[in-house]
Amino acid sequence: MIVSFSDVVVVYDNFPALAGASFEVSSGEIVLLQGPNGAGKTTLLRACAGLLPIARGSANVLSCDLTSDRHSVRRKVGLLSHANGLFQDLTVEENMSFWSRLIGASNQDVKTAMHIMGLSDRLSTTRVANLSAGQKRRCALATLIVRRAQLWLLDEPHAGLDTQGRDELDKTLRAAREAGATVMFASHEIDRAQNLATRSLTVVGGLVTES
Amino acid sequence: MKSDSPTRVGKGKVVTAVFLKDIQIELRSRVVTNQVLPFAGLVMVMFAFALDNDDVLQRVAGGLVWLATLFSLFIIVQRSFAIDTADGALDSLRVAGIDLSAVFFGKAIALATKLIALEIVLICSAVLLYRVDVSATGLVLLVTCVLCATSGLAFVGTLYGGLTAGAKGRETLLPLLLLPVVAPVLIAATRATEAAFGSGGAQTSEGWAWIGLLAVFAAVFGVGGSLAFGSLIDE
Repeated sequence: MIVSFSDVVVVYDNFPALAGASFEVSSGEIVLLQGPNGAGKTTLLRACAGLLPIARGSANVLSCDLTSDRHSVRRKVGLLSHANGLFQDLTVEENMSFWSRLIGASNQDVKTAMHIMGLSDRLSTTRVANLSAGQKRRCALATLIVRRAQLWLLDEPHAGLDTQGRDELDKTLRAAREAGATVMFASHEIDRAQNLATRSLTVVGGLVTES
Repeated sequence: MKSDSPTRVGKGKVVTAVFLKDIQIELRSRVVTNQVLPFAGLVMVMFAFALDNDDVLQRVAGGLVWLATLFSLFIIVQRSFAIDTADGALDSLRVAGIDLSAVFFGKAIALATKLIALEIVLICSAVLLYRVDVSATGLVLLVTCVLCATSGLAFVGTLYGGLTAGAKGRETLLPLLLLPVVAPVLIAATRATEAAFGSGGAQTSEGWAWIGLLAVFAAVFGVGGSLAFGSLIDE
């Protein structure tokens, strides 16, 4: 199992955002997380990335026990949250270069990722602050591609993208899956997301059920 | 597109990458040069207007230089972490799985670089506005003082900047937390600078004992900060 949660409780600001979540994700799956706002989808993704402490239950991601060590898993996952994690005063190329240096990725990996997300032309030398919301999202996704993560955790990845960008994203996620990665993503665009996903989970009130 | 664990990057490379990123952003945005430097310069001029006495100004010049540095430190530290929190980059740094103590040193060195540029301008302002003299031996003491005090301020500023980065009301919280902690730096750096300037008949040799205190402060917060920074950012 790539992800195995059993009766997991995650407390966020004194509120049990996950209230006994249990589910499993196998290698190579593309899992859609659906549910209303505030249901716990973002918390679930952040907990899988090792960013939130597990208050109760057992959580295992990529063979890392998150209850005892939630730091080791971070090098193996890629997280795209609501924010893009970019530096506004740097260009697309400089942002990519910074993140690739931190993880030891090659220049070729950077060029490939930028090409996939359509950032190779004049956009590469444009400051992130001057990009549209969709272009920023594409840049954030490119940094994720460079990471070559084993588990992709995406929170509303389609948000802000135009139709072409959404198609490219879906293609990228399918390619990541073919390369051996597992994907979990939260989305409110159910039709598109269900076409992409191999399985759906519903998150309501901090609990996870099969859709 | 391969999916495997990326190679672990050495601490030195992370320090360099974070340092270069912070400096590159400063060179691009010019916040220190266009906003902080004029602010610090104005503080020095306002002190001159308020005290309006050459003898008094020469005597307190060292203290005024370091007070202006402290006021500017708050702005630079807040800016340094604002660029990381504005679009969630701090979270991305955490998920990158890198050694966060390397991020601490990278940010501290970048902060120190900006502070040294600021202090050079402030000391030159003191020489011009307050008419202080610096002998050759005084200059050696002054340079040592600037390096030791700046290291301490950069380490403690980065540590507390990280602590308050995600807090509500961080703009007011940071000075409130930081001022009492940097009081020893203010006192020691002021005494050492007064000795370097020869203010009030002080001898240059009197300043070296204060350099020792500044060095100890920098060492304590350098080691302590590198150990605590990761946990502070994580919480």
